[in-house]
Amino acid sequence: MYKYDEYDQQMVDTRVAEFRDQVRRRIAGDLTEDQFKPLRLQNGLYLQLHAYMLRVAVPYGTLNSTQMTLLGDIADKYDRGYGHFTTRQNIQYNWIKLEDTPDILAELATVEMHAIQTSGNCIRNISSDQFAGAAEDEILDPRPYAELLRQWSSFHPEFLVLPRKFKIAVIASETDRAAMRLHDIGIKMVKNDAGEIGAQFYAGGGMGRTPMIAPLIREFVPIHQLITYAEACLRVYNRYGRRDNKYKARIKILVHELGRDEYVRQVEEEFAHLLTQPIEPPLAELERIKAHFVDPAFDAAASDELDLTDPDFRLWVERNTTPHKQPGYIIATVSLKPVGGIPGDATADQIRLMAKLAKDHSFDELRVTHAQNIVFPHVRKSDLYTVWKALDEAGLGTANLDTVGDIIACPGLDYCSLANARSIPVAQKISERFGSARKQAEIGELKLKISGCINACGHHHAGHIGILGVDKKGLENYQLLFGGSEGADTSLARIIGPGFTEDGVVDAIEKATQVYLANKQGEERFLDTYRRIGMEPFKEAIYG
Amino acid sequence: MKILTGNDLKTGAVIWWTGVGWSLNVNDSTDVGEHGAAIIAREEGAQNVFAAYVVDGVKTDEGVRPSHIKERIRALGPTVRPDLTLKPSDPEAVNWVI
Ligand code: HEM
Ligand code: SF4
Repeated sequence: MYKYDEYDQQMVDTRVAEFRDQVRRRIAGDLTEDQFKPLRLQNGLYLQLHAYMLRVAVPYGTLNSTQMTLLGDIADKYDRGYGHFTTRQNIQYNWIKLEDTPDILAELATVEMHAIQTSGNCIRNISSDQFAGAAEDEILDPRPYAELLRQWSSFHPEFLVLPRKFKIAVIASETDRAAMRLHDIGIKMVKNDAGEIGAQFYAGGGMGRTPMIAPLIREFVPIHQLITYAEACLRVYNRYGRRDNKYKARIKILVHELGRDEYVRQVEEEFAHLLTQPIEPPLAELERIKAHFVDPAFDAAASDELDLTDPDFRLWVERNTTPHKQPGYIIATVSLKPVGGIPGDATADQIRLMAKLAKDHSFDELRVTHAQNIVFPHVRKSDLYTVWKALDEAGLGTANLDTVGDIIACPGLDYCSLANARSIPVAQKISERFGSARKQAEIGELKLKISGCINACGHHHAGHIGILGVDKKGLENYQLLFGGSEGADTSLARIIGPGFTEDGVVDAIEKATQVYLANKQGEERFLDTYRRIGMEPFKEAIYG
Repeated sequence: MKILTGNDLKTGAVIWWTGVGWSLNVNDSTDVGEHGAAIIAREEGAQNVFAAYVVDGVKTDEGVRPSHIKERIRALGPTVRPDLTLKPSDPEAVNWVI
């Protein structure tokens, strides 16, 4: 894992000291809320429906056990005993006190964490593949490149006041597990025919009120020009992005309005110019970073056998594990979606338990996924049963990954001041309706995603089934969308018809799964059947 | 009726104007009539509250309730965590909101 150098540490420490002084001045009455708000937002401190909320960045979703333990301790010491893992691989605390924030940030800094650039119109935390460095299908480990981009984008003076927020995802495998094409910039690390490493760039994707899939803008950026090319993309956006209208200010609108080809032309022009300026960090820096991401000391003699006699364990292995590139090891995903639970929430004790298990059984590493789950990337197969037993005892052993119960849900009206409707109770009712993980597994892969408003933090556009909360004359109402997907076959979900009440939407989803099961051919997933038979049979069953 | 809400500066807690000060309990709210803006200006200036605004409310048998669901959830706490609401011992508290 990456280790801060003295510059990284100094930057973060300096920021904590600055913010401590700003908080002091705010409490003393020397700063008004209008003056203070941009300062607190730059440090990840929002005001939400009930209290201040602190969003802590988890760079490319990677954590070690010391960091994870501290996240649990913060939940106990400064919050109400839990945290919420988000679709951007971060963690949010819902009940933070202003007066405690400098201390929290100081504690985070001791384990190389912070909340910088988790808000505002800057380049946000860079997300990546949760299986990076472990996946069987990866071309290479994307994290060194994500780290290089993190260093470039942190405090980049030109890009701290962009037209709007900017989100980057970096992947390096054929399977896209990071919704890469739904980001402002999506980068896929590739190798060309000569075996050289480079980056494929996509630009102008996003969700929110105008969802768009990012088009490919360059097949291959040589690795020694990665930062220069990213800089060119950002410069063109920074220059021409619509600052006049908040709702048209994201890069997706610029790329859409200019057209992909014209945006590419401008980026290439800027890129050619920037190549004359030596802004690219030396390759030695990338090599320095890479040294932090070497494989852990795998045991080449580790047994590849798994004893699956316990049927509950077997179900969990089938649903929640993924093959590892190293024989004898496996990737295990912990579902933070127990039946009837709150998606993405974990108690302080659960967070610390996961930290301990990662320390003992996953080379000290954990990942946060954009589906709001936690990953142990490198578990020895012979340890897996022990790990699962411990998880299960703590309510973390649900075997429902990527099924109808593994719902992504934004905080919605229970916590979010922008919300129109609650998301969490809908998620709870759906997972209860479908019952046990075993029952959920019978329906197979079905990605269900819920947002409490049009901002789409819950990725509803990318759900096989998406749910969008709206305000209908002061009452919560839910629109249902079908056919969205992220990854290689990215598509945007479409609204199926008039909205529903909370119970109505749960009924509608149950009917939709019945239509699927009745029409399913072979190994088809819900999404495949939907794509083959179209929306009509579903509408008929639901609206009758 | 018009009631006034905002957040406590140091803790961020949701608070309601009682006529003489601020309370954590929406039931203590008073009707501010036309005076909302003036009270906000004074109270924000004195650092007693921030992000304050006026909302519509109604007097019910159980006490004062904001008219809009968003404000009712703000007043109660997250409906999915009854243990963290104003009425932590009442598992039916959610019905209070909806
Ligand atoms: C609770 C406080 C939150 C606020 C105020 C907030 C606000 C917003 C806004 C305004 C947008 C739309 C931006 C645009 O279209 O230009 C947005 C998008 C988004 N947010 Fe949030 N959000 C919050 C929480 C979250 C959480 C908890 C997550 C993760 C579960 C999240 C992840 C995202 C994602 C993935 C998008 C869509 C991607 C995109 O930017 O196009 N947000 N958020
Ligand atoms: S989608 Fe809307 S309701 Fe949900 S967290 Fe984002 S802004 Fe809030």
